[in-house]
Amino acid sequence: MIAHLPALQVVIPLISAPLCALLPAGRPAWLAAMAASWLAFLIAALLLYQVLAHGPISYLMGGWPIPWGIEYRVDALNAYMLLIVAAIGAAVASFGRTIVEQRLSLPLNKHPWFYTAYLLCLTGLLGITVTGDAFNVFVFLEISALSSYVLISVGRDRRALVAAYQYLIMGTVGATFILIGIGLLYVMTGTLNMGDLAARLPAVSGTRTVRAAFAFLTVGTAIKLALFPLHLWLPNAYAYAPSPVTAFLAATATKVAIYVMLRFFFTVFGVKFSFETMQLDKILLPLSLVGIASASLVAIFQTNVKRMLAYSSVAQIGYMMLGVSLVSVTGLTASISHLFNHALMKGTLFMALGCVSYRVGATRLERMAGVGRSMPWTMGAFVIGGLSLIGVPLTAGFVSKWYLIVGALEKGWWPVAALVLATSLLAVIYIGRVVEVAYFKPAPEGQRVEEAPLALLVPTWALALANLYFGLETSLNVGVARLAAQGLLGATP
Amino acid sequence: MIDGLNPALILVCGSLLALLAPQGRSRNLFMLALPVLGALQLWSLPYGEHARVEAFGLTLTTLRLDGLSFAFALVFHIAALLAVIYAWGLRDPVQQVAGLLYPGAAVGAVLAGDLVTLFLCWELAAVSSVFLIWARRTRRAYRAGLRYLLAQVASGLLLLAGVIIRFRATGSIAFGGLGLDSPGGGLIFVAFGIKAAFPLLHNWLQDAYPEATVTGAVVLSAFTTKMAVYALARGFAGTESLVAIGTLMAMFPIFYAVIENDLRRVLAYSMNNQLGFMVVGVGIGTPLALDGAVAHAFADILFKALLFMSMGAVLLRAGTVNGSELGGLYKSMPLTAGLCMVGAASISAFPLFSAFATKSLILEAAAREGHWIPFLFLLFASAGVFHHAGIKIPYFAFFAHDSGIRCEEAPRHMLVAMGLAAALCVGIGVFPGALYAILPYPVAFDPYTATHVITQLQLLAWSALAFALLVRTGVYPPELRSVNLDFDWFYRKPLLAAAAGAWGAALRAWEGFNRLLEGSVERLIAALALHHGQRGIMAATWPTTRMVLWAVLLLGACLIFYYL
Repeated sequence: MIAHLPALQVVIPLISAPLCALLPAGRPAWLAAMAASWLAFLIAALLLYQVLAHGPISYLMGGWPIPWGIEYRVDALNAYMLLIVAAIGAAVASFGRTIVEQRLSLPLNKHPWFYTAYLLCLTGLLGITVTGDAFNVFVFLEISALSSYVLISVGRDRRALVAAYQYLIMGTVGATFILIGIGLLYVMTGTLNMGDLAARLPAVSGTRTVRAAFAFLTVGTAIKLALFPLHLWLPNAYAYAPSPVTAFLAATATKVAIYVMLRFFFTVFGVKFSFETMQLDKILLPLSLVGIASASLVAIFQTNVKRMLAYSSVAQIGYMMLGVSLVSVTGLTASISHLFNHALMKGTLFMALGCVSYRVGATRLERMAGVGRSMPWTMGAFVIGGLSLIGVPLTAGFVSKWYLIVGALEKGWWPVAALVLATSLLAVIYIGRVVEVAYFKPAPEGQRVEEAPLALLVPTWALALANLYFGLETSLNVGVARLAAQGLLGATP
Repeated sequence: MIDGLNPALILVCGSLLALLAPQGRSRNLFMLALPVLGALQLWSLPYGEHARVEAFGLTLTTLRLDGLSFAFALVFHIAALLAVIYAWGLRDPVQQVAGLLYPGAAVGAVLAGDLVTLFLCWELAAVSSVFLIWARRTRRAYRAGLRYLLAQVASGLLLLAGVIIRFRATGSIAFGGLGLDSPGGGLIFVAFGIKAAFPLLHNWLQDAYPEATVTGAVVLSAFTTKMAVYALARGFAGTESLVAIGTLMAMFPIFYAVIENDLRRVLAYSMNNQLGFMVVGVGIGTPLALDGAVAHAFADILFKALLFMSMGAVLLRAGTVNGSELGGLYKSMPLTAGLCMVGAASISAFPLFSAFATKSLILEAAAREGHWIPFLFLLFASAGVFHHAGIKIPYFAFFAHDSGIRCEEAPRHMLVAMGLAAALCVGIGVFPGALYAILPYPVAFDPYTATHVITQLQLLAWSALAFALLVRTGVYPPELRSVNLDFDWFYRKPLLAAAAGAWGAALRAWEGFNRLLEGSVERLIAALALHHGQRGIMAATWPTTRMVLWAVLLLGACLIFYYL
């Protein structure tokens, strides 16, 4: 059983997905989705434990040896990513059933299909992370992407359809680019296994084909991870999707895309080729800096809080890519731990917003007037998530910003460190606007808002407290991230 | 008490636990117990470094006790205790929690043995204290609080930046003598300077404190600035430039304080002035001067709290603290008036009152080290204090012409708090030895020499005489136009008049610069809104083709870049 954990990680949600569709609407389908998510979380935790105790795991699908079969390979980096995805999946799935279904534009008898789509998306994200086969990455990428288009399009706002459509076009373009890149690599090396690719690429690395593959993979992953200026699909998709979907996608989908980028450029192409020959960091650095500044500024002017947080996500992705472009252990540690911490903070914020929209019916700023008093627990969680987003000490967000600044200073990049600090002040402003309206504006006449039900508050607060816990006890989020960073840079201790 | 327990934790954790106690007497008693327990714990700890914590891959010394930190931590506990008593009738959980959390953070900061712990407490103090301003729940207070928070967070960021640079250069985060020349020293110095309200970095203080609640102003007056004085004394003792900065600090608020109408703002200006004395003491840096700075901080917390408490009581009962609207309140609030005058006498350094015993240490140190120019300026500043704090505050609030306001005497709990503070002020003045005993260095100084007493009395008597004559002859208008008197007074001292004129010009230039800055900031925001606003190009929803175009463009750019 233990030996088959890598396969079970993907297989369990995959089998549960059609199962959900067959179950009657209402509680049974929801319970099945929740059980599958929690099982996936348990497996991810066990896998991480095994990797930390015994080193990387290699699992051959169906026992086929490597050049022919698909290998699942789990090291510190993917075990860490699996834990992030599965943990957020479990938290979102625990979000109360009635609330989730209230936010859908589906008739009641179609609700099980929502859970099917959700589990398929989870399958896809876990699959991308766990597999060691380049083509398999593409397959799972499509599974997660197609299901996420469905998840977004069922939002109650009609603009969700257009947003999902635009995401579909951009996502497909991105996936196609990735496929072209993988195809070119296959032509040049004759293998799809990442380990083999890494071994055979140096021999052909001078060719134009490999360089073209590199370019296609750069842009393809950049679209999927919403690097500025390819982020344009993201704000609307996040803003108009149902709140639980936003919480799930914001905390996991772009993170997994970042993982794909790290995996290809550090493991498959190798640090030397990617950053010395191709100088990828020269492209990533300016784009991430402009993205951080621009998206933070846009967030300040937004009046829809969900859209505001979506833009803030673009800025946060900029921080992660900034860490990557430092090409140092500290920078990568900052990036990888920010994957974790950002999942926590954005999960908290979007779930708290889900509570607000459940009670108030909207997430426009002016409709949130006075909810600080009528929904103290919800807004309390929002404030914790917001503080973490700003990077206030004792929260998870501080930890990754700290390493990012230290990483920038190690390189002697003063202006970059200053920019990171200055953009934190921009986050103070846009989070502060929400806090001001929620706590200091009187509620409109005649509006009676109650605190969100416990079924919503428990998962929201679980994530909020995790923000505080991982701000103090950093052995998991930073310790493992550092291991993963050392692994990527080939400086395995 | 418990070995190695940080007293700050008692206040910080206790302030949150207090929410569990039912509102009313039981919560009040619980809150009263916290500073008492904290002080007992502090008293029981031996000097040395106690608690070490591993965090962020660093070893933090969260509890370091020596003579310097002990004096500050002790007076912080006393101030927190006075504030709890003063706020006995308060039923606002926000102020109750902030009123203990913030002192807890300040205690944590003075007990911090390393710069990272200091930074954490520094930020906690900033964040927790702003609620004392916001708790007034007016639009004006909210905005003032936000400006206050920005200044405090800026200080924190500078400190953090300085600490990182220092850590990278030296590998040490120890909080001892830093010096301006050390790596990151300049940034840390400015960070401390913002909180200590150095000239030109001081505006947050006058801006925010008068907007705080009745209790809030009392609590705020005690901690942030003194925490900064402590940090300066620890990190930058003997830094020559502090003497000049401190002298300037002691001088410039006088000009503002005399023309200010809001009496709590007058007190805020006089804080700058008193802080100036302490900063000079730190700048001189001899044992006597440092003792003076610590002792004066100790005394200042008490008499400034007393003055803020009395003005708070006036605000509570009369509904305003504007000098022009008050007057004749002694008929309604005789006890408050009396206690306020004790505070006024203390801040003016009357013999037998606290500042007499503490300020003279700093003046004596300045004289012994031959800092004659600062010495003379400080002497002048002492006279200025008497003018704006010693006379103006009680005179306009309680005497002057009768405004006709008839209100109740201050509530009993406020009188008790003010009475305790007044007793401490007089106690320090009469028995300075008790305070001298807890100072970091042994003190061999007696303030009550004949020369010293007579000099001080002359200074005060002539000031008072001038004041009395002017009021008698009607030159001193009892209301807002008191501005004139102060400038008259300066005109009779041509040198000072020139200084004041130059200062005024500098001020106008500064204001002009500010206006220019404001204008350009507004234009900047408008320009940003054009592109990043709701309908700006950066925020708009784009057609799908345009998105794909970007992807293709970037692909082309990458291909070219990689092929080259």
